[in-house]
Formats: sequence, structure tokens, C-alpha cells
Amino acid sequence: MELYYSIRPLLAVLVSLCAVPFIVLSPRPNIRETVSFIAAGLKFALVISMLPVILNGHQIIFTLMNVLPGAPIQFRVDALGMLFGIVSSFLWIVTTTYSIGYMRGLDEHAQTRYFCFFALALSATIGVAFAGNLLTLYLFYEMLSLATYPLVTHHQDDEARISGRKYLTYILGTSIGFVLPAMLYVYHVTGTLDFSALGVLGGKAHPTTLIVVLFLFIFGFAKAAIMPFHAWLPAAMVAPTPVSALLHAVAVVKVGVFSIIRVLLYTFGTKELMGLHVGPAVSYVASFTIIIGSLIALSQDNLKRLLAYSTISQLSYIILGVALLSPRGMTGGLIHIPMHAFGKITLFFCAGAIFVATGKKNLSEMHGIGKRMPITMIAFFIASLSIIGLPPCGGFLSKWNLLLGSLQSHQAIALVVLLVSSLLNAAYFMPIIYKAFFLRDQGSAQGIREAPLFCVVPLCVTSLLSIAMFFYPQPFYKLIKLVIHQLLGA
Amino acid sequence: MIAHYPALLVTIPLLAAFVIYGCSWLHKKSCLPLALLALAISCAVSIGLLAQAIAKGHISYHLGGWQPPWGIAYEVDPLNALVLVAVSTVAFINLIATAGEIEQVFSDRKGAFYTLYLLFIVGLLGIVVTGDLFNLYVLLEIASITGYSLIAMGQADRAPLSSLNYVFMGTIGACFYLLGVGYIYIMTGSLNMADVRALLPSLYHSSAILVAFIFCLVGVMIKMGFFPLHTWLPNAYTYAPSPAISLIAPLMTKVMAYVMIRLILSVFSPAFTFASLVVGHGIVWLACLAILMGAILALSQRDIKKMLTYIIVSEIGYIVGGAWLGNNTAMTGAVLHIINDTLMTFCVFLAVGGISRKLGSVELNNFKGLFKKMPFTMGAFVASGLSIIGVPPTCGFFSKWYLISGAMEAGSYSFVCVLIISSLINVILFFRIIETAFFAHSDPGNRHDYLLSEIDEISLNTLIPLLMAAAGLLVLGMYSGTVVGRVIQPALAGIL
Amino acid sequence: MNMEAFLNHLVAKYNFWLYIILMMIGLYAMIAKNNLIKKLVGMNIFQTAIILFYVSIGSKRGGTIPILEHVSGGAQHAIDPANYVNPLPHVLMLTAIVVSVSTFGVALALAIKIYQRYKTLEEDEILTRIRES
Repeated sequence: MELYYSIRPLLAVLVSLCAVPFIVLSPRPNIRETVSFIAAGLKFALVISMLPVILNGHQIIFTLMNVLPGAPIQFRVDALGMLFGIVSSFLWIVTTTYSIGYMRGLDEHAQTRYFCFFALALSATIGVAFAGNLLTLYLFYEMLSLATYPLVTHHQDDEARISGRKYLTYILGTSIGFVLPAMLYVYHVTGTLDFSALGVLGGKAHPTTLIVVLFLFIFGFAKAAIMPFHAWLPAAMVAPTPVSALLHAVAVVKVGVFSIIRVLLYTFGTKELMGLHVGPAVSYVASFTIIIGSLIALSQDNLKRLLAYSTISQLSYIILGVALLSPRGMTGGLIHIPMHAFGKITLFFCAGAIFVATGKKNLSEMHGIGKRMPITMIAFFIASLSIIGLPPCGGFLSKWNLLLGSLQSHQAIALVVLLVSSLLNAAYFMPIIYKAFFLRDQGSAQGIREAPLFCVVPLCVTSLLSIAMFFYPQPFYKLIKLVIHQLLGA
Repeated sequence: MIAHYPALLVTIPLLAAFVIYGCSWLHKKSCLPLALLALAISCAVSIGLLAQAIAKGHISYHLGGWQPPWGIAYEVDPLNALVLVAVSTVAFINLIATAGEIEQVFSDRKGAFYTLYLLFIVGLLGIVVTGDLFNLYVLLEIASITGYSLIAMGQADRAPLSSLNYVFMGTIGACFYLLGVGYIYIMTGSLNMADVRALLPSLYHSSAILVAFIFCLVGVMIKMGFFPLHTWLPNAYTYAPSPAISLIAPLMTKVMAYVMIRLILSVFSPAFTFASLVVGHGIVWLACLAILMGAILALSQRDIKKMLTYIIVSEIGYIVGGAWLGNNTAMTGAVLHIINDTLMTFCVFLAVGGISRKLGSVELNNFKGLFKKMPFTMGAFVASGLSIIGVPPTCGFFSKWYLISGAMEAGSYSFVCVLIISSLINVILFFRIIETAFFAHSDPGNRHDYLLSEIDEISLNTLIPLLMAAAGLLVLGMYSGTVVGRVIQPALAGIL
Repeated sequence: MNMEAFLNHLVAKYNFWLYIILMMIGLYAMIAKNNLIKKLVGMNIFQTAIILFYVSIGSKRGGTIPILEHVSGGAQHAIDPANYVNPLPHVLMLTAIVVSVSTFGVALALAIKIYQRYKTLEEDEILTRIRES
């Protein structure tokens, strides 16, 4: 494995930062949207351009500033970061398209501010993906928290104010209160914050202290919505749907999960985790979230809140998979990142499309909507299959690997939890489909009236890709194989 | 000329102050350009001194050619060269930024204002650069008296009373310091810092030296606003005029913190200071209390200026705690925090001063919807708020990093907890303001896009320095490694 | 016996005792008195105590004023510093007296401003009037 020096990671982060002045100064909305598109496309292109190097088993590194001894601001692109980077940069293109349809369809206010902070949030996401050490990751993690606040509170009404407060309390409170001391402790005992496949904390401190630090990290990255620090996610649903879609189904929450994975696997390392016997404890914490999240989702009437609780539940699948510490388990967890991303974003796009077309937010109002918006609801159906974990959708692959993984690491409880939660997922998704297609429409039926084209096309694209990824998951599998080879083979 | 930089640093503003006062009778228009020129020269000289200090390590200048310990010596090492640059730069940029306000508000007394301004800077620069204990007292009083007068020029009714209270407490502080110096003189017969340092080791056991240390320390602590001796600070700083407060607030307390560090390290060496660990532990606990009380008292304020003064109390707690933890990392953090806090406090007070001038007062309610009317000012305010909270990559994060690291090294986990808690309280303090500024109206469905026509910013000659200072927060943060590696660590090497 | 030792100690260090008493009087006046002018006078007493202390430490039994007289046109003869009172504290205290006077001046000017606004110099009345407004 070689280390290549390239400025491309930094450029990938900077592309959307540099787009911000152009977005602010655009004289017309079409130019503004075009700038967003160009920035998204450039970002994706930059990320993809680094893919060949990564697939050959090498890594790309770039040091920006030596700010602290042993902890510079450094970018390092490896297989794991590339996986996350590809998913988020591709989905930004899709979401920008969707945003155009949504924001114009609702004639929303402050669209320039929206697109600006969206660009900043994506910059921070790519920064997290390509962070080379814990300091850089923390830097971009905080930047993401701050950049998403104006997006969450976009509507600027009382509800937004309360949700914004909740959002900041949970996210900033845990990152400053838990992650910062834990990070400083790691620096204190090891003198470095680097990510290494062997972990840097091997035997450097007392096991109990290390376990405490581990859980400080896990609960500290509250963006992963692990219970009990999950309450910000349903509250953040007051944001416009594209925000909920990209940020809270893909970027923000995946940043949380990604950070936990990085710390678990690259700061602690698989060997240390196994030595501390902490794998089962983490999987119990994750299992709790999986089950309770699904149970709460069953009782929700507001579609977006249901999807929020579903997200909370699904994120812990990823943590569970990684905590199993077996090759299959980790594969399942990591492949769930793209599978869940595509599935969930489709579901949110559908929820938003329904709102734009009919103004309805609650499931009780959505009877018979399948006849009015067949394309949307078919996409919804496909995406929910993916989330439940049924073929021919990509989500099946992640579930399958997770089940095998729990057998591999002899954790029967994880197996039970996975099966039960799949049933629960079906229990809250299938009624929606049934009500949409097989019940009579309460309002005046007027034939097919879909959401604007800019809304419908993205959700079709993502749902079709969910199916496509079932048949062709190779790109992701290759990256994940490299990750696992580095971690467990090393 | 270059050899005389230490003297030029102090004498040019001094002479300029008197010339300006003369000019204020004859030709009022030239007061401001003269002041700007003097401060610019001081700024350039201090940067030159920093470069020299980094290159040579230590510069010693004997005033009048008299050898110490009979003459007064100016000693420049990387530590005080850095503080000199910070002081002179802030003073210069502040004058550029607030010149408009001074010309308008103090139009009849501006000659006096500029004179006092320059004399204040003379005092501060002298305090930092001097190597003589009594000379420090003299310059301290110059800075203090001009400070009292600048604060008393405020428009508010309460300004003279607050200043008078500051006079009382400040005089007690300076007199305690003088008393301590007197004791040192009795025991060692010398007033030169380096000379005293050489003579003290044989006297470490003497109770007179201990009393001298305590008197000096308490005096300096009163002047820097260390809890519980901070009671003069909130009122004095809240009712001062804006141009004065964005000068005094960042500088006075931090320069006194520098004096404390200088006394701990260079006069009473670390062997003495940290040998009596009981005092060290006690002061760190007191610093924890200072940080918490500053944060809690700030929470209860509606007036934003007063809230910021309590944040100053908290920040001084950081510096004192860091200095007294006794290890290199924490002392690095304390020194870095002096520099960072100077810039952060300057940025935030300049922003608030600009808003106060535009809107009349700075209660929390005045901030409603301010993001739409003053996006750039609020942007700078947010940047300085993030720095005070300690969000990377602003400079505040890195000094906090060193402080917490040092506390972990020293095993003082209470200090670590207090630092984290105060960061969280700062989040509440600043996001309360940011939230108010973001949410203009509470009725839903209010469509308001950001229109260029609605922007009603503060005047450009305040805004541009403000934005430069805010950018400086990021730049200073990114270059923390350079500052620590090339300036602070060499200064502390061999001492701690 | 103890009384004698105590009195010896008192007499030997009488300058220290004197300045401590003066300092405490000054401090008491600054804190406890209500009238602003009385507080100011207390501040001045406080500073004067320290000035007296400094001057006293330079004194010597049998020492004379430290001014050298030169025989005009003659050679300088060697002087024995033990005969002269230490001049350095005196010089330092000249500076300190100047500082004390300037501080007093500024404080008096502030007191005048306060009187102009609040029409009283009693601190409790001033605080009442602030609370009312």
C-alpha cells in the first residue's frame, strides 16, 4: 500500500465552499441553481477521480496545516472514506435537482440562504469522509453542525425555533461535552490522533478507562442518533424535505455513524476492541436503538416522523454490523451505508413530493394516494422493500451479510434482533402501501397529479438505483473488501 | 535605529501624545493622523522586535546607557515580543475602526481622547517591555489612570461612578504590587528583574519573600479582574464609551495576566512558585471557581455588553488556571490564550460597539432579525462567538486544547471538567443571541428573502477592520502550530 | 519578660507597625465610609502609608542627607555610603507621590462629575437614585 500526495481531497472539500460566493451573488435563481449543479458535479468528479487509486489498495494523503504537534489538519482518502464520499457526493447532485422542484413548487423563502448552507454542509460532509485524523474529523463534524442549523430552522417559525434549540443542544452538547474530552484523552495517552488500521490505543491505558472513553465517543457523536441522544432527529423533521432527505437520511446521520466507525476501527482497532470484550456491549446498545426505534415508528402518523424513527433504527444496523467484528458483519454494516442512503432518500423524496402535490403530511390523510401519484408510490414501495431487506432491492444484501455476520461472531441475540426488526419494518411500511393503493381517496380524486418533474425524476432515479445495486454491488463490495482486508487481515 | 527599537516603541507614542494635545488647541484636524501615525510606527516596531527576538532569543536594552541594576533595562524575549505585537496591532486597528465614532461623539474633546488613548498604549507597551520592577509600577499607573479617564468619558450616567469604583480597586491593586516590590527591595536591594532573579534563590525560605510574592500576586490579580477581585470590571467596562472599551477590554486584563506570568517565571522562578504546591492547587481551584462564576453570571445578563464582561472574567480564569497548573503544556495554553483572547475580545467588542452605535443599545431584544440587516457584522460576531466557545479551526479551540491537555498532564481533572462546562455555557450564551438574530418575527409563513436593499450595516471604516479581525481569528487558529512552535516554546524553553 | 521582648520588638520595627496602622485606616475609610470624598481621602492615606514605609526603610541611624557637596575646583574625595541615608527609596517615592497626586486629581474630577449628575456625594443616596432612574 502506497501513500500518494494529492491536493484532490482538499479540492473536493473546497469546491462547494468556493461556490458559496457565487451562489450568494447570482442575479437570477436559474444561475444560482446552475452554480449548485456545477459544484455538485465537480465534487463528484473529483471524488470519482480518486477512485482508481483507492481500488488499487493505495491511499491519498494531504496535510494542510500543522496546527498541533502530532495532530495536523490532514486529509487521507482510504477505502472507507471513499465509500462514504461517493455516496454523499452523488446524492448531492440528485438532491439539488429535487430541491429545485420542491422549493419552487412551494415558493419557499430564503432559497439563496438554503442553497448556500447546503453547499457548506456538503463541504463539511466530504471533509469528514476524507479526514485523516480525529482532529480534522472533529473540525468538519462541528462545521457540519453549524452549517445545518440554518437549514433545520429554515422556516423560521416557533416550531423551527424549538427544534433548532433541540438540535443544537443534542449535537453541540454531546460533541463538546463528550467527544472533546475523549479526543483529548486519546491525545494525552498516545500523543497522536491519527487513524491507523491497527488502532493507536493498544494497551495505552487501563481497560475501564478505555471502555469509558469508547462510550464517550459513541454517545458523543450524537449525529448517529443512538438512544438516548436521538431526540434531535424527529425534531429536525421541521426542515424542508430536501434537507431532511439529504442531511438527515444521508449526510448528517451518516457522518455520525461514520465517525463512530472511524473511532471504533481506526483509533481503538479491532484487536483492542476484541481485547476489551466490548463488542457485545456496543451491539446491545445498538440493538436497543434498533428495536425501540422501530417500535416508536409504528405509532407515528406524520410520515416524516415515521421515517425519522426508521432512520434512527436503521443507523444502528450499521453500528451493530461493525460491532460484530466479523468480516461478514462488518461487510453488512458498511454496505448498509449506501443501501440505506439510497432507500431512505427515496422515501423522503416521496414524502416531500406528496407534500408538494397535495399538502398532506399525515398518513391518515393519505388514503388512496397511490391512484393520484402512482410513480411516487411505486418508488416508495421499492424503497421500503430495500429498508425491510427484501430482494430485489439492495437492502437485502446488507441484511443478508448482517445475519451471516451475527452467526460468524456467535451472537445469537443480534440475529434475533435483526429478524424482529425486519418484521417491525414491514409492520410499519406495508400498511402505508396498502392504504395508498387499496383504500379509497378521501378527497376529490382528479386522476393522476404527480409532483413537479424536478421532484419525480430524482426519486425514480434513486429507487431504480436501489434495485440496480442489488444486481451490481461490486463497486461497494470492492471498497469494503479493501477496508476489511486492511483491518482484519493486517 | 534598529538597536533602539525597544525605546522607540514607547517614546514615539509618548511624544505623539503631547504633540496631539498641543495640536488640539491649534489645529484640530491633524490630531487623528498623528495618532494613527504614532500607532502605526509602534506596530511596525513591535513586529520588528518580534522578528529580532525570534532570531536572537533575547534582546536587552539599557535606557540611557546606564547598566542594570542601577539603570532601567528593557528586556525583550519571544514571549513579550508576541504580547507587544498583539497590543500594538489591536490598538492600531481599533483606532482605525473607531475613528469615525470618536470624531463624531467626542468632537470637542477629541484631542484629549487621542492623548489619553496614546498614553494608555504607552503604559501597556511599557509594562510588557520593561525589565525593572518599579518601572513596571510607574507604567502600570500610567495605563491605569488614563484607563480610568477613558472609561469616565462614557455617555452613560453611571460612567463616572463605575470609573470611581475602578479607581479605588485599581489603586489598592497597584499599591499592593508596590508594597510587594518594596519587600523585594528590602531583601535583595535590587529592582531589576533579572538581578532579583539571581539574588532570590538564597532567600526562598524567607517569609518576607513569601509575603512579597503574595502582595505582588494579589495586586496583579486585582488589576486583571480575577474572581473574586473582579467586582470593578463589569460596571467599568459596560458603561465605558465604545471606542474606549474595544481598546481597554482586550488589552488591560491580558497585559496584567502577562505580568503575572512574567513574575512567576522570570522573577520568582518556577522552582519557587510551584514548589509550594498548596498555593498552586488553591489558585487552580480558585480559577475553576472564576471560570464557573463568570459563565454563570454571564447567563443572567440581558445586556450583551455586561455579558461579555463576565466572559472576560471567565477567560482570565482560564489563563490563571493554566499558568498555575505548573507544566509546560498548560503554560503554553495560558500564553496562547492571552494572544487569542486579545483578538477574540477585540473582535466581539468591536462588533457589539458597532451595533450599539447603530441601534442605540445592546440588549438581547435589539438583536432581533439582525442577520438580515447586518449580515457582515453578525458574521464577525458569530466567528468571535465560535472562537470563545472553542470550535475549530478558530484560535480559541487551540488554546483550550493546550489548557485541557496541560490539565490532564497535571492530573487536575476538575479543571478539565470546568473548561468543558464553560464551553457548553458559552454555547448557550452565544446561541441565545444568534437565535434571536436569526428569528426576526414569530408569526409563521412570513416570507422574507434576503434583499440587498434591506442591509443597513455599520459604517464601512468599522466594518472592514472588524472583518479583518474575524478573519484573523481563523488565520491565527490555523497558524497556532507556528506561533507555539516558533515563539512560545522557545520562550518557555529552559524556564519551564 | 514577655512584655519586654514584645515592646522591644515593637520599638525596633515601629515603622512597619506605623504603616500597617495607617494602611488599615485608609482601607477602612475606603470601604466603610459613605461619603465619596472620605473614601478618596482614605485612598490617599493608604497610598501615603506605603510611601512612608518605603522612605523609612532607607533611613539609617546616624546617616545624613544624601547630597554631595563638592569643593569647587578641588578633587573629589572618596565617600563612605554608610554615612548617608539611602537615596533610592526617596527617588522612587517621588514618583509614587506624583502617581498618588494624579490619581487623586482624576478621582476628584470624577467626584465632581458624579455630584453634577446626582447632586449628592453619599454613596447610598447615589445608589438609590440609580435604582430609581
